[in-house]
Amino acid sequence: MSLTNASNATTAPRPMIQTAVRDASADETLPVADLKPKLRVSKLNFYYGGFHALKNVTLDIAERKVTAFIGPSGCGKSTLLRTFNRMYSLYPEQRAEGEILMDGENLITTKQDVSLIRARIGMVFQKPTPFPMSIYDNIAFGVRLFERLSRREMDERVESALGRAALWNEVKDKLSQSGQSLSGGQQQRLCIARGIAIKPEVLLLDEPCSALDPISTAKVEELIHELKSDYTVVIVTHNMQQAARVSDYTAYMYLGELIEYDITDTIFITPKKSQTEDYITGRFG
Amino acid sequence: MSAAEQVPSAIHSGNRLYRERKRTNFILLVISGVAIGFGLFWLVWILGTLLYEGGHALARATLYYQMTPPPGADGGLANAIAGSLVMVAAGTLIGTPVGILAGTYLAEYGRHGWLAGATRFLNDVLLSAPSIVIGLFVYSVYVAKVKHFSAWAGALALAMIVVPVVVRTTDDMLKLVPNTLREAAMALGCPVWKMITSITYKAARVGILTGVLLAVARISGETAPLLFTALNNQFWSTNMNAPMANLPVVIFQFAMSPYEDWHRLAWGGAALITLAVLVLNILARALFRKSD
Repeated sequence: MSLTNASNATTAPRPMIQTAVRDASADETLPVADLKPKLRVSKLNFYYGGFHALKNVTLDIAERKVTAFIGPSGCGKSTLLRTFNRMYSLYPEQRAEGEILMDGENLITTKQDVSLIRARIGMVFQKPTPFPMSIYDNIAFGVRLFERLSRREMDERVESALGRAALWNEVKDKLSQSGQSLSGGQQQRLCIARGIAIKPEVLLLDEPCSALDPISTAKVEELIHELKSDYTVVIVTHNMQQAARVSDYTAYMYLGELIEYDITDTIFITPKKSQTEDYITGRFG
Repeated sequence: MSAAEQVPSAIHSGNRLYRERKRTNFILLVISGVAIGFGLFWLVWILGTLLYEGGHALARATLYYQMTPPPGADGGLANAIAGSLVMVAAGTLIGTPVGILAGTYLAEYGRHGWLAGATRFLNDVLLSAPSIVIGLFVYSVYVAKVKHFSAWAGALALAMIVVPVVVRTTDDMLKLVPNTLREAAMALGCPVWKMITSITYKAARVGILTGVLLAVARISGETAPLLFTALNNQFWSTNMNAPMANLPVVIFQFAMSPYEDWHRLAWGGAALITLAVLVLNILARALFRKSD
Protein backbone atom coordinates (compact mmCIF):
# COMPACT_ATOMS: atom_id res chain seq x y z
CA MET A 1 0.00 0.00 0.00
CA SER A 2 1.93 2.96 -1.21
CA LEU A 3 1.23 6.54 -0.33
CA THR A 4 0.46 7.49 -3.92
CA ASN A 5 -2.01 4.69 -4.35
CA ALA A 6 -3.91 5.69 -1.28
CA SER A 7 -4.19 9.34 -2.16
CA ASN A 8 -5.17 8.56 -5.73
CA ALA A 9 -8.00 6.45 -4.53
CA THR A 10 -9.23 9.17 -2.23
CA THR A 11 -9.19 11.94 -4.77
CA ALA A 12 -10.39 9.94 -7.78
CA PRO A 13 -12.43 6.89 -6.78
CA ARG A 14 -11.65 3.92 -8.95
CA PRO A 15 -14.03 1.08 -9.72
CA MET A 16 -14.62 -0.97 -6.61
CA ILE A 17 -13.20 -4.23 -7.90
CA GLN A 18 -9.89 -2.64 -8.78
CA THR A 19 -9.61 -1.13 -5.33
CA ALA A 20 -10.43 -4.41 -3.72
CA VAL A 21 -7.68 -6.29 -5.52
CA ARG A 22 -4.92 -4.93 -3.38
CA ASP A 23 -1.51 -6.24 -2.60
CA ALA A 24 -2.99 -9.09 -0.63
CA SER A 25 -0.15 -11.40 0.16
CA ALA A 26 -0.93 -15.09 0.39
CA ASP A 27 -0.54 -15.34 4.17
CA GLU A 28 -3.32 -12.83 4.72
CA THR A 29 -5.99 -14.85 3.02
CA LEU A 30 -6.99 -16.94 6.00
CA PRO A 31 -10.60 -18.02 6.11
CA VAL A 32 -12.48 -16.28 8.93
CA ALA A 33 -13.02 -19.53 10.81
CA ASP A 34 -9.27 -19.96 11.19
CA LEU A 35 -8.38 -16.51 12.48
CA LYS A 36 -6.54 -16.24 15.77
CA PRO A 37 -8.93 -14.25 17.94
CA LYS A 38 -7.89 -11.41 20.22
CA LEU A 39 -11.43 -10.43 21.08
CA ARG A 40 -14.34 -12.87 20.95
CA VAL A 41 -17.69 -11.15 20.78
CA SER A 42 -20.74 -13.32 21.22
CA LYS A 43 -24.45 -12.59 21.46
CA LEU A 44 -23.75 -8.96 22.19
CA ASN A 45 -26.79 -6.73 22.68
CA PHE A 46 -26.58 -3.04 23.33
CA TYR A 47 -29.17 -0.50 24.46
CA TYR A 48 -29.29 3.30 24.51
CA GLY A 49 -32.05 3.59 27.09
CA GLY A 50 -34.92 1.86 25.34
CA PHE A 51 -33.30 1.78 21.90
CA HIS A 52 -31.90 -1.60 20.90
CA ALA A 53 -28.73 -0.61 19.02
CA LEU A 54 -26.87 -3.90 18.65
CA LYS A 55 -28.70 -7.14 18.06
CA ASN A 56 -27.01 -10.45 18.88
CA VAL A 57 -23.69 -9.55 17.36
CA THR A 58 -21.19 -12.42 17.27
CA LEU A 59 -17.72 -12.12 15.73
CA ASP A 60 -14.04 -12.73 16.44
CA ILE A 61 -11.49 -9.96 16.06
CA ALA A 62 -8.20 -11.31 14.73
CA GLU A 63 -5.00 -10.68 16.63
CA ARG A 64 -2.48 -8.39 14.88
CA LYS A 65 -4.74 -7.83 11.94
CA VAL A 66 -6.84 -4.89 10.85
CA THR A 67 -10.58 -5.37 11.07
CA ALA A 68 -12.91 -2.82 9.51
CA PHE A 69 -16.55 -2.17 10.41
CA ILE A 70 -18.55 -0.68 7.55
CA GLY A 71 -22.21 0.16 7.09
CA PRO A 72 -24.53 3.13 6.69
CA SER A 73 -24.84 5.77 9.42
CA GLY A 74 -26.61 4.55 12.52
CA CYS A 75 -25.92 0.87 11.81
CA GLY A 76 -24.14 0.41 15.14
CA LYS A 77 -20.53 0.14 14.01
CA SER A 78 -19.27 2.89 16.33
CA THR A 79 -21.45 1.51 19.10
CA LEU A 80 -19.85 -1.90 18.69
CA LEU A 81 -16.39 -0.33 18.81
CA ARG A 82 -17.24 1.60 21.97
CA THR A 83 -18.30 -1.54 23.80
CA PHE A 84 -14.77 -2.97 23.45
CA ASN A 85 -13.20 -0.41 25.79
CA ARG A 86 -16.33 0.04 27.88
CA MET A 87 -16.66 3.67 26.79
CA TYR A 88 -20.40 3.29 27.23
CA SER A 89 -19.94 2.85 31.01
CA LEU A 90 -19.51 6.63 31.24
CA TYR A 91 -23.21 6.98 30.45
CA PRO A 92 -25.61 5.33 32.89
CA GLU A 93 -28.44 5.08 30.34
CA GLN A 94 -26.34 2.87 28.07
CA ARG A 95 -25.89 -0.83 28.75
CA ALA A 96 -24.51 -3.94 27.10
CA GLU A 97 -25.42 -7.58 27.49
CA GLY A 98 -23.52 -10.59 26.22
CA GLU A 99 -19.89 -11.47 26.00
CA ILE A 100 -16.72 -9.78 24.84
CA LEU A 101 -13.89 -12.11 25.77
CA MET A 102 -10.32 -10.91 25.87
CA ASP A 103 -7.84 -13.48 27.19
CA GLY A 104 -10.77 -15.50 28.51
CA GLU A 105 -12.23 -12.63 30.54
CA ASN A 106 -15.63 -11.13 29.79
CA LEU A 107 -15.02 -7.38 29.53
CA ILE A 108 -18.66 -6.57 30.14
CA THR A 109 -19.04 -8.28 33.49
CA THR A 110 -15.43 -8.25 34.70
CA LYS A 111 -14.65 -7.01 38.18
CA GLN A 112 -11.46 -5.50 36.80
CA ASP A 113 -11.27 -1.71 36.96
CA VAL A 114 -12.37 -0.18 33.63
CA SER A 115 -9.30 2.05 33.65
CA LEU A 116 -7.13 -1.04 33.24
CA ILE A 117 -9.26 -2.32 30.37
CA ARG A 118 -9.07 1.04 28.64
CA ALA A 119 -5.31 1.19 29.04
CA ARG A 120 -5.06 -2.19 27.28
CA ILE A 121 -7.53 -1.21 24.56
CA GLY A 122 -6.63 2.20 23.20
CA MET A 123 -8.95 4.40 21.18
CA VAL A 124 -8.67 7.19 18.63
CA PHE A 125 -11.72 9.31 17.91
CA GLN A 126 -13.31 10.83 14.86
CA LYS A 127 -12.38 14.38 15.78
CA PRO A 128 -8.78 14.95 16.86
CA THR A 129 -8.73 15.45 20.64
CA PRO A 130 -5.37 16.90 21.67
CA PHE A 131 -5.24 17.76 25.37
CA PRO A 132 -4.71 21.40 26.34
CA MET A 133 -1.01 20.87 27.03
CA SER A 134 2.29 20.63 25.17
CA ILE A 135 2.91 18.08 22.41
CA TYR A 136 5.34 16.28 24.71
CA ASP A 137 2.89 16.18 27.62
CA ASN A 138 0.11 14.98 25.35
CA ILE A 139 2.13 11.79 24.86
CA ALA A 140 3.57 11.63 28.38
CA PHE A 141 0.20 12.13 30.10
CA GLY A 142 -1.07 8.63 29.35
CA VAL A 143 2.29 6.99 30.01
CA ARG A 144 2.56 8.63 33.44
CA LEU A 145 -0.76 7.11 34.48
CA PHE A 146 0.76 3.65 34.66
CA GLU A 147 4.53 4.00 34.52
CA ARG A 148 7.19 5.91 36.38
CA LEU A 149 9.91 6.66 33.86
CA SER A 150 13.09 8.66 34.13
CA ARG A 151 13.31 11.79 32.06
CA ARG A 152 15.49 10.02 29.51
CA GLU A 153 13.21 6.98 29.23
CA MET A 154 10.21 9.27 28.81
CA ASP A 155 12.01 11.24 26.10
CA GLU A 156 12.67 7.98 24.27
CA ARG A 157 9.08 6.84 24.66
CA VAL A 158 7.74 10.14 23.34
CA GLU A 159 10.12 10.08 20.40
CA SER A 160 9.32 6.49 19.45
CA ALA A 161 5.55 7.05 19.71
CA LEU A 162 5.73 10.21 17.59
CA GLY A 163 8.07 8.41 15.20
CA ARG A 164 5.68 5.51 14.73
CA ALA A 165 2.85 7.96 14.12
CA ALA A 166 4.96 9.60 11.39
CA LEU A 167 4.88 12.90 13.24
CA TRP A 168 8.33 13.12 14.82
CA ASN A 169 10.02 14.98 11.99
CA GLU A 170 7.31 17.59 11.91
CA VAL A 171 7.24 18.34 15.66
CA LYS A 172 10.67 17.44 17.04
CA ASP A 173 11.69 21.10 17.27
CA LYS A 174 8.50 22.28 18.96
CA LEU A 175 7.67 19.63 21.53
CA SER A 176 6.86 22.28 24.13
CA GLN A 177 4.26 23.96 21.93
CA SER A 178 0.59 23.32 22.58
CA GLY A 179 -0.79 20.19 20.96
CA GLN A 180 -3.76 22.26 19.90
CA SER A 181 -1.55 24.45 17.71
CA LEU A 182 -1.02 21.60 15.22
CA SER A 183 -3.02 21.14 12.03
CA GLY A 184 -5.97 18.73 12.00
CA GLY A 185 -4.00 15.92 10.38
CA GLN A 186 -1.08 16.39 12.75
CA GLN A 187 -3.44 16.47 15.74
CA GLN A 188 -4.94 13.15 14.69
CA ARG A 189 -1.50 11.58 14.34
CA LEU A 190 -0.66 13.04 17.77
CA CYS A 191 -3.72 11.26 19.17
CA ILE A 192 -2.62 8.00 17.56
CA ALA A 193 0.88 8.50 19.00
CA ARG A 194 -0.67 9.13 22.41
CA GLY A 195 -2.67 5.93 22.07
CA ILE A 196 0.28 3.74 21.15
CA ALA A 197 2.66 5.33 23.68
CA ILE A 198 0.98 3.48 26.52
CA LYS A 199 1.48 0.21 24.61
CA PRO A 200 -2.05 -1.13 24.43
CA GLU A 201 -2.82 -4.54 22.94
CA VAL A 202 -5.76 -3.39 20.86
CA LEU A 203 -6.22 -0.08 19.06
CA LEU A 204 -9.73 1.10 18.23
CA LEU A 205 -10.05 3.74 15.51
CA ASP A 206 -13.44 5.43 15.22
CA GLU A 207 -13.51 7.03 11.75
CA PRO A 208 -10.02 8.41 12.29
CA CYS A 209 -9.78 10.06 8.87
CA SER A 210 -13.20 11.61 8.47
CA ALA A 211 -11.93 15.07 9.44
CA LEU A 212 -8.68 14.82 7.47
CA ASP A 213 -7.55 15.87 4.02
CA PRO A 214 -6.42 13.21 1.49
CA ILE A 215 -2.72 13.57 2.25
CA SER A 216 -3.18 13.22 6.01
CA THR A 217 -5.56 10.34 5.33
CA ALA A 218 -2.91 8.58 3.28
CA LYS A 219 -0.40 9.03 6.11
CA VAL A 220 -2.78 7.65 8.69
CA GLU A 221 -3.64 4.70 6.46
CA GLU A 222 0.00 3.90 5.95
CA LEU A 223 0.44 4.07 9.69
CA ILE A 224 -2.44 1.66 10.29
CA HIS A 225 -0.79 -0.74 7.90
CA GLU A 226 2.42 -0.63 9.94
CA LEU A 227 0.71 -0.78 13.30
CA LYS A 228 -0.73 -4.22 12.77
CA SER A 229 2.65 -5.85 13.25
CA ASP A 230 2.27 -5.04 16.96
CA TYR A 231 -1.35 -4.24 17.56
CA THR A 232 -4.77 -5.62 16.92
CA VAL A 233 -6.47 -2.80 15.05
CA VAL A 234 -10.21 -2.28 14.68
CA ILE A 235 -11.35 0.59 12.47
CA VAL A 236 -14.77 2.05 11.85
CA THR A 237 -15.02 3.82 8.52
CA HIS A 238 -17.57 5.39 6.24
CA ASN A 239 -15.17 5.17 3.37
CA MET A 240 -15.35 1.77 1.68
CA GLN A 241 -12.20 2.29 -0.33
CA GLN A 242 -10.47 2.89 2.96
CA ALA A 243 -11.80 -0.36 4.39
CA ALA A 244 -10.63 -2.14 1.25
CA ARG A 245 -7.21 -0.53 1.44
CA VAL A 246 -6.32 -0.99 5.08
CA SER A 247 -8.19 -3.98 6.47
CA ASP A 248 -7.71 -7.74 6.48
CA TYR A 249 -11.23 -8.49 7.65
CA THR A 250 -14.39 -6.53 7.09
CA ALA A 251 -17.71 -6.63 8.88
CA TYR A 252 -20.77 -5.16 7.18
CA MET A 253 -23.43 -4.00 9.61
CA TYR A 254 -26.93 -2.76 9.08
CA LEU A 255 -29.53 -1.61 11.64
CA GLY A 256 -27.63 -3.07 14.57
CA GLU A 257 -27.08 -6.46 13.01
CA LEU A 258 -23.92 -8.00 11.69
CA ILE A 259 -24.90 -8.88 8.11
CA GLU A 260 -21.67 -10.32 6.83
CA TYR A 261 -18.17 -10.78 8.17
CA ASP A 262 -15.32 -12.14 6.12
CA ILE A 263 -11.88 -11.58 4.70
CA THR A 264 -11.88 -8.12 3.17
CA ASP A 265 -11.24 -9.34 -0.37
CA THR A 266 -14.13 -11.75 -0.15
CA ILE A 267 -16.47 -9.05 1.12
CA PHE A 268 -15.51 -6.70 -1.68
CA ILE A 269 -15.21 -9.18 -4.57
CA THR A 270 -17.59 -12.02 -3.81
CA PRO A 271 -19.90 -11.08 -0.97
CA LYS A 272 -22.27 -13.88 -0.02
CA LYS A 273 -25.24 -11.68 0.72
CA SER A 274 -26.90 -9.46 -1.82
CA GLN A 275 -27.41 -6.81 0.89
CA THR A 276 -23.67 -6.48 1.32
CA GLU A 277 -23.14 -6.32 -2.41
CA ASP A 278 -25.78 -3.60 -2.77
CA TYR A 279 -24.04 -1.52 -0.14
CA ILE A 280 -20.48 -1.85 -1.39
CA THR A 281 -21.44 -1.23 -4.98
CA GLY A 282 -23.32 1.90 -3.98
CA ARG A 283 -26.77 0.67 -4.93
CA PHE A 284 -27.82 1.17 -1.33
CA GLY A 285 -26.75 3.39 1.52
CA MET B 1 -29.58 29.66 -22.92
CA SER B 2 -32.57 31.00 -24.83
CA ALA B 3 -34.85 30.37 -21.84
CA ALA B 4 -32.61 32.61 -19.74
CA GLU B 5 -32.93 35.39 -22.30
CA GLN B 6 -36.71 35.22 -22.42
CA VAL B 7 -37.21 35.36 -18.62
CA PRO B 8 -35.13 38.24 -17.25
CA SER B 9 -33.26 37.47 -14.06
CA ALA B 10 -34.87 38.70 -10.82
CA ILE B 11 -31.48 39.47 -9.40
CA HIS B 12 -30.89 43.19 -9.97
CA SER B 13 -30.79 46.24 -7.71
CA GLY B 14 -34.32 47.35 -8.66
CA ASN B 15 -35.87 44.16 -7.23
CA ARG B 16 -38.72 45.05 -4.85
CA LEU B 17 -38.00 42.31 -2.29
CA TYR B 18 -34.35 43.25 -2.28
CA ARG B 19 -35.13 46.92 -1.70
CA GLU B 20 -37.58 46.17 1.07
CA ARG B 21 -34.98 44.02 2.77
CA LYS B 22 -32.41 46.78 2.50
CA ARG B 23 -34.86 49.26 4.01
CA THR B 24 -35.75 46.96 6.92
CA ASN B 25 -32.07 46.42 7.54
CA PHE B 26 -31.46 50.18 7.62
CA ILE B 27 -34.33 50.85 10.04
CA LEU B 28 -33.22 48.13 12.43
CA LEU B 29 -29.65 49.33 12.26
CA VAL B 30 -30.75 52.83 13.26
CA ILE B 31 -32.86 51.50 16.16
CA SER B 32 -29.96 49.38 17.40
CA GLY B 33 -27.62 52.32 17.18
CA VAL B 34 -30.00 54.50 19.19
CA ALA B 35 -30.25 51.75 21.84
CA ILE B 36 -26.48 51.53 22.10
CA GLY B 37 -26.25 55.30 22.35
CA PHE B 38 -28.89 55.31 25.11
CA GLY B 39 -26.97 52.73 27.15
CA LEU B 40 -23.60 54.37 26.66
CA PHE B 41 -25.02 57.81 27.45
CA TRP B 42 -25.91 56.85 31.01
CA LEU B 43 -22.69 54.91 31.51
CA VAL B 44 -20.60 57.86 30.40
CA TRP B 45 -22.68 60.22 32.51
CA ILE B 46 -22.25 58.04 35.61
CA LEU B 47 -18.51 57.66 35.09
CA GLY B 48 -18.18 61.36 34.25
CA THR B 49 -20.07 62.48 37.36
CA LEU B 50 -18.04 60.12 39.55
CA LEU B 51 -14.75 61.41 38.19
CA TYR B 52 -15.90 65.02 38.26
CA GLU B 53 -17.15 64.86 41.83
CA GLY B 54 -14.65 62.34 43.18
CA GLY B 55 -11.62 63.14 41.07
CA HIS B 56 -10.49 65.86 43.43
CA ALA B 57 -10.67 63.53 46.45
CA LEU B 58 -9.00 60.73 44.47
CA ALA B 59 -6.07 62.96 43.60
CA ARG B 60 -5.33 63.81 47.24
CA ALA B 61 -2.79 61.44 48.80
CA THR B 62 -4.43 61.82 52.21
CA LEU B 63 -7.34 59.72 50.90
CA TYR B 64 -5.13 56.67 50.98
CA TYR B 65 -3.37 57.02 54.36
CA GLN B 66 -5.61 59.03 56.69
CA MET B 67 -8.50 57.56 58.68
CA THR B 68 -12.13 58.49 58.18
CA PRO B 69 -12.50 61.84 59.95
CA PRO B 70 -15.18 63.27 62.24
CA PRO B 71 -17.22 66.03 60.58
CA GLY B 72 -15.21 69.15 59.90
CA ALA B 73 -11.79 67.53 60.29
CA ASP B 74 -9.36 66.50 57.61
CA GLY B 75 -9.13 62.82 56.75
CA GLY B 76 -9.11 60.00 54.21
CA LEU B 77 -10.47 56.51 53.66
CA ALA B 78 -7.44 54.39 54.57
CA ASN B 79 -9.28 52.24 57.13
CA ALA B 80 -12.23 51.73 54.78
CA ILE B 81 -9.99 50.80 51.84
CA ALA B 82 -8.05 48.32 53.97
CA GLY B 83 -11.22 46.89 55.48
CA SER B 84 -12.78 46.43 52.06
CA LEU B 85 -9.66 44.71 50.75
CA VAL B 86 -9.52 42.38 53.78
CA MET B 87 -13.17 41.40 53.67
CA VAL B 88 -13.30 41.02 49.89
CA ALA B 89 -10.18 38.85 50.04
CA ALA B 90 -11.56 36.74 52.90
CA GLY B 91 -14.95 36.40 51.20
CA THR B 92 -13.28 35.36 47.94
CA LEU B 93 -10.99 32.88 49.68
CA ILE B 94 -13.94 31.25 51.44
CA GLY B 95 -16.34 31.37 48.52
CA THR B 96 -14.11 30.39 45.59
CA PRO B 97 -13.11 26.84 46.63
CA VAL B 98 -16.69 26.05 47.61
CA GLY B 99 -17.97 27.45 44.33
CA ILE B 100 -15.42 25.67 42.15
CA LEU B 101 -15.93 22.32 43.89
CA ALA B 102 -19.72 22.59 43.70
CA GLY B 103 -19.55 23.67 40.05
CA THR B 104 -17.28 20.72 39.34
CA TYR B 105 -19.79 18.37 40.90
CA LEU B 106 -22.58 19.82 38.76
CA ALA B 107 -20.70 19.63 35.48
CA GLU B 108 -18.61 16.49 35.92
CA TYR B 109 -20.22 14.12 38.40
CA GLY B 110 -23.84 15.04 38.77
CA ARG B 111 -24.90 15.05 35.13
CA HIS B 112 -27.23 12.14 35.39
CA GLY B 113 -28.84 12.51 38.80
CA TRP B 114 -31.66 14.65 40.18
CA LEU B 115 -29.38 16.22 42.80
CA ALA B 116 -27.48 18.29 40.25
CA GLY B 117 -30.66 19.61 38.68
CA ALA B 118 -32.07 20.62 42.06
CA THR B 119 -28.76 22.19 43.13
CA ARG B 120 -28.47 24.12 39.89
CA PHE B 121 -31.97 25.50 40.33
CA LEU B 122 -31.36 26.54 43.96
CA ASN B 123 -28.06 28.08 42.96
CA ASP B 124 -29.80 30.19 40.34
CA VAL B 125 -32.26 31.34 43.00
CA LEU B 126 -29.35 32.28 45.26
CA LEU B 127 -27.66 34.04 42.35
CA SER B 128 -30.55 36.41 41.97
CA ALA B 129 -31.36 36.76 45.69
CA PRO B 130 -31.23 40.41 46.82
CA SER B 131 -27.99 40.95 48.71
CA ILE B 132 -29.85 42.55 51.61
CA VAL B 133 -31.48 39.18 52.24
CA ILE B 134 -28.05 37.60 52.55
CA GLY B 135 -26.99 40.39 54.93
CA LEU B 136 -30.06 39.81 57.10
CA PHE B 137 -29.52 36.05 57.00
CA VAL B 138 -25.93 36.31 58.27
CA TYR B 139 -27.13 38.86 60.82
CA SER B 140 -29.72 36.51 62.25
CA VAL B 141 -27.66 33.30 62.24
CA TYR B 142 -24.29 34.74 63.22
CA VAL B 143 -24.24 38.38 64.36
CA ALA B 144 -27.31 38.03 66.57
CA LYS B 145 -25.91 34.83 68.14
CA VAL B 146 -22.46 36.23 69.02
CA LYS B 147 -24.06 39.58 69.85
CA HIS B 148 -21.58 41.81 67.99
CA PHE B 149 -20.82 42.91 64.44
CA SER B 150 -17.58 41.58 62.98
CA ALA B 151 -15.40 41.45 59.88
CA TRP B 152 -15.83 37.66 59.81
CA ALA B 153 -19.59 38.10 59.51
CA GLY B 154 -18.97 40.53 56.64
CA ALA B 155 -16.62 38.13 54.89
CA LEU B 156 -19.15 35.33 55.35
CA ALA B 157 -21.93 37.40 53.78
CA LEU B 158 -19.68 38.32 50.85
CA ALA B 159 -18.66 34.65 50.45
CA MET B 160 -22.32 33.74 50.16
CA ILE B 161 -22.57 36.10 47.20
CA VAL B 162 -19.37 34.72 45.64
CA VAL B 163 -20.46 31.06 45.82
CA PRO B 164 -23.40 31.12 43.39
CA VAL B 165 -21.50 33.24 40.85
CA VAL B 166 -18.51 30.90 40.87
CA VAL B 167 -20.70 27.77 40.86
CA ARG B 168 -22.50 29.05 37.81
CA THR B 169 -19.42 30.04 35.82
CA THR B 170 -17.50 26.87 36.75
CA ASP B 171 -20.48 24.73 35.76
CA ASP B 172 -20.93 26.62 32.47
CA MET B 173 -17.25 26.67 31.58
CA LEU B 174 -16.74 22.97 32.32
CA LYS B 175 -19.80 22.15 30.25
CA LEU B 176 -18.19 23.99 27.33
CA VAL B 177 -15.29 21.53 27.39
CA PRO B 178 -16.12 19.06 24.61
CA ASN B 179 -17.09 15.62 25.84
CA THR B 180 -14.73 14.09 23.29
CA LEU B 181 -11.84 15.43 25.38
CA ARG B 182 -13.18 13.61 28.42
CA GLU B 183 -13.67 10.42 26.46
CA ALA B 184 -10.15 10.73 25.04
CA ALA B 185 -8.72 10.96 28.55
CA MET B 186 -10.84 8.07 29.81
CA ALA B 187 -9.78 6.01 26.77
CA LEU B 188 -6.20 6.14 28.05
CA GLY B 189 -7.29 4.52 31.30
CA CYS B 190 -7.35 7.80 33.19
CA PRO B 191 -9.34 7.93 36.44
CA VAL B 192 -12.11 10.54 36.62
CA TRP B 193 -10.45 12.80 39.22
CA LYS B 194 -7.26 12.91 37.18
CA MET B 195 -9.20 13.67 34.02
CA ILE B 196 -10.88 16.62 35.77
CA THR B 197 -7.77 18.07 37.40
CA SER B 198 -5.40 17.69 34.47
CA ILE B 199 -7.64 17.98 31.43
CA THR B 200 -10.96 19.72 31.93
CA TYR B 201 -9.73 22.26 34.51
CA LYS B 202 -6.91 23.10 32.15
CA ALA B 203 -9.27 23.50 29.23
CA ALA B 204 -11.66 25.68 31.28
CA ARG B 205 -9.21 27.53 33.51
CA VAL B 206 -9.53 30.93 31.86
CA GLY B 207 -13.32 30.82 32.06
CA ILE B 208 -13.28 29.78 35.70
CA LEU B 209 -10.76 32.50 36.59
CA THR B 210 -12.92 35.05 34.77
CA GLY B 211 -15.87 33.94 36.91
CA VAL B 212 -13.86 34.47 40.09
CA LEU B 213 -12.78 37.94 38.96
CA LEU B 214 -16.38 38.88 38.15
CA ALA B 215 -17.45 37.64 41.59
CA VAL B 216 -14.77 39.82 43.20
CA ALA B 217 -15.99 42.78 41.16
CA ARG B 218 -19.53 42.05 42.27
CA ILE B 219 -18.80 41.93 46.01
CA SER B 220 -16.46 44.93 46.11
CA GLY B 221 -19.44 47.23 45.73
CA GLU B 222 -21.96 45.41 47.92
CA THR B 223 -23.30 47.59 50.75
CA ALA B 224 -26.35 45.82 52.13
CA PRO B 225 -24.67 42.59 53.30
CA LEU B 226 -21.96 44.56 55.12
CA LEU B 227 -24.38 47.00 56.74
CA PHE B 228 -25.83 44.16 58.82
CA THR B 229 -22.60 42.28 59.44
CA ALA B 230 -19.33 44.22 59.47
CA LEU B 231 -21.10 47.52 60.14
CA ASN B 232 -18.39 50.19 60.19
CA ASN B 233 -15.45 51.39 62.21
CA GLN B 234 -14.11 54.90 62.44
CA PHE B 235 -10.66 53.63 63.28
CA TRP B 236 -8.02 51.37 61.86
CA SER B 237 -8.79 47.79 62.85
CA THR B 238 -7.32 44.46 61.86
CA ASN B 239 -9.42 42.46 64.31
CA MET B 240 -11.62 40.13 62.31
CA ASN B 241 -13.86 39.66 65.35
CA ALA B 242 -14.67 43.36 65.61
CA PRO B 243 -16.59 45.72 63.34
CA MET B 244 -14.49 46.81 60.39
CA ALA B 245 -14.63 49.87 58.15
CA ASN B 246 -15.38 49.31 54.48
CA LEU B 247 -15.88 51.53 51.46
CA PRO B 248 -19.55 50.82 50.61
CA VAL B 249 -20.88 51.46 54.12
CA VAL B 250 -18.65 54.54 54.56
CA ILE B 251 -19.94 55.90 51.27
CA PHE B 252 -23.49 55.19 52.39
CA GLN B 253 -23.07 56.93 55.75
CA PHE B 254 -21.05 59.89 54.47
CA ALA B 255 -23.32 60.50 51.51
CA MET B 256 -26.39 60.57 53.80
CA SER B 257 -24.74 63.09 56.13
CA PRO B 258 -25.22 66.85 55.88
CA TYR B 259 -21.46 67.60 55.86
CA GLU B 260 -19.76 68.88 52.73
CA ASP B 261 -16.34 67.32 53.43
CA TRP B 262 -17.92 63.90 54.07
CA HIS B 263 -19.71 64.20 50.74
CA ARG B 264 -16.39 64.76 48.99
CA LEU B 265 -14.91 61.67 50.63
CA ALA B 266 -17.99 59.63 49.66
CA TRP B 267 -17.55 60.70 46.02
CA GLY B 268 -13.90 59.75 46.22
CA GLY B 269 -14.71 56.32 47.60
CA ALA B 270 -17.40 55.73 44.98
CA ALA B 271 -15.02 56.68 42.18
CA LEU B 272 -12.35 54.43 43.68
CA ILE B 273 -14.64 51.35 43.80
CA THR B 274 -15.93 51.99 40.29
CA LEU B 275 -12.44 52.28 38.85
CA ALA B 276 -11.32 49.13 40.69
CA VAL B 277 -14.31 47.17 39.37
CA LEU B 278 -13.67 48.56 35.89
CA VAL B 279 -10.06 47.40 36.02
CA LEU B 280 -11.14 43.94 37.24
CA ASN B 281 -13.66 43.62 34.42
CA ILE B 282 -11.13 44.69 31.82
CA LEU B 283 -8.65 42.21 33.29
CA ALA B 284 -11.23 39.42 33.10
CA ARG B 285 -12.00 40.27 29.50
CA ALA B 286 -8.35 40.48 28.52
CA LEU B 287 -7.77 37.06 30.06
CA PHE B 288 -10.72 35.61 28.21
CA ARG B 289 -9.63 37.11 24.91
CA LYS B 290 -6.11 35.76 25.30
CA SER B 291 -7.49 32.23 25.43
CA ASP B 292 -9.21 32.66 22.05
